[in-house]
Amino acid sequence: MKSLISIMDLDERDINALMDTADDIVARPGAYAHKMAGKKLASLFFEPSTRTRLSFEAAMYELGGNVIGFSEAQSSSAAKGESVADTVKTVSCYADIIAMRHPKEGAPLVASQSATVPVINAGDGGHNHPTQTLADLFTIRREKGRVSGLTVGVCGDLKFGRTVHSLLEALSRYEGNRFVMVSPEELKVPSYVKQHLKNNHVPYTQTTDLSQALPELDVLYMTRVQKERFFNEADYIRLKDSYVLTPQKLEGAKGDLIIMHPLPRVNEISVAIDQDPRACYFKQVLNGKYMRMALILMMLEGEK
Amino acid sequence: MNIDAIRNGIVIDHIKAGDGMRIYNFLNLGALDCSVALIKNASSTKAGKKDIIKVDRVPDIDLNALGFIDPNITINIIRDSVRVEKYHPELPMKMTNILICKNPRCITTTEQELPHVFVLTDREKHEYRCVYCESRAPAL
Ligand SMILES: [Zn+2]
Repeated sequence: MKSLISIMDLDERDINALMDTADDIVARPGAYAHKMAGKKLASLFFEPSTRTRLSFEAAMYELGGNVIGFSEAQSSSAAKGESVADTVKTVSCYADIIAMRHPKEGAPLVASQSATVPVINAGDGGHNHPTQTLADLFTIRREKGRVSGLTVGVCGDLKFGRTVHSLLEALSRYEGNRFVMVSPEELKVPSYVKQHLKNNHVPYTQTTDLSQALPELDVLYMTRVQKERFFNEADYIRLKDSYVLTPQKLEGAKGDLIIMHPLPRVNEISVAIDQDPRACYFKQVLNGKYMRMALILMMLEGEK
Repeated sequence: MNIDAIRNGIVIDHIKAGDGMRIYNFLNLGALDCSVALIKNASSTKAGKKDIIKVDRVPDIDLNALGFIDPNITINIIRDSVRVEKYHPELPMKMTNILICKNPRCITTTEQELPHVFVLTDREKHEYRCVYCESRAPAL
């Protein structure tokens, strides 16, 4: 695999292979501790995202590799007006693989066209963030034992939340999944996403009522409802609490439900739920690191 | 009018009445030094009225890009005063520097030298999306 720009660059077989490798890393971390010895990951963060950057860097270190790079555009040559293409041509001389975060949509694709080493999109604006989706899929498989035959609820901002769209796209490739989309009217899933589900014959329902949807769910994926997405403050205040997960709302839920969130959370999952064994959002962070390790391995070892 | 007046060139026929000028501008025909005719509101058996463009040269441009504007138009290629080819423009799979991405968050807004590339994503809906940000193509 040359570069990973969008989750659509991976087919079902690739994703399954990555999850198998990640499982093995969890089981036998020692076997992987030196796999990337002598290799360097360039972590090029043109906008700060500490969470994602630390995950990539920890992944490379745990494989025995090293990391070079920058954590914001101000400390890079981009501040002097250098193009993405020139930056990655230079970096390709030093590093074996690039993880790139950029505020502009499509920047990692541009980078992959000029780099001579593989590029991983670590998020381009609100556009693609494939390694988040890999972390999500792996978490579902770790917790539920499968990524098929599940009733998956997604809740919150389903209109602008690309993380959710990407997860829906990925899960719709596996058989027997069903989606329950819970959001305020203003933040419903866009029609092109629904069209994609229809084209793939994936059943879904839409509702505004989280409590009502909860009992049938195997997976609940929560996202943040941002204030700036609403036309007026009154609507936001009226709606925000409807999409906050509380222990009361969880009463009707299945005992083996898993609760996910891409983090950072603001208040959409009450802190009281963190103690609930069904809460998986911090496991997602850890699983993200394992999947990034598997991905780096696949991209660098696959070359040989 | 007939096509006899053209020896080597193209006749773009069955243009929806009123769209002729748009296509004239799109192909930048004003820059050509050969004879160019834009006929507006010609009578058409099919549509009542139509526009026609005649160019006394085969311009060096992918005429299939016209399929994005209107797939119903007909392109006739004339050589030695004989029509040698007649076709409807196909929707091009890819258009480079024909449409400009209008998404303010797109990388093309900060990297001026990047080509603006759009690819066909839905043939039925004539939908094109920017390869970088996947925004839908703006209307011409
Ligand atoms: Zn664009």
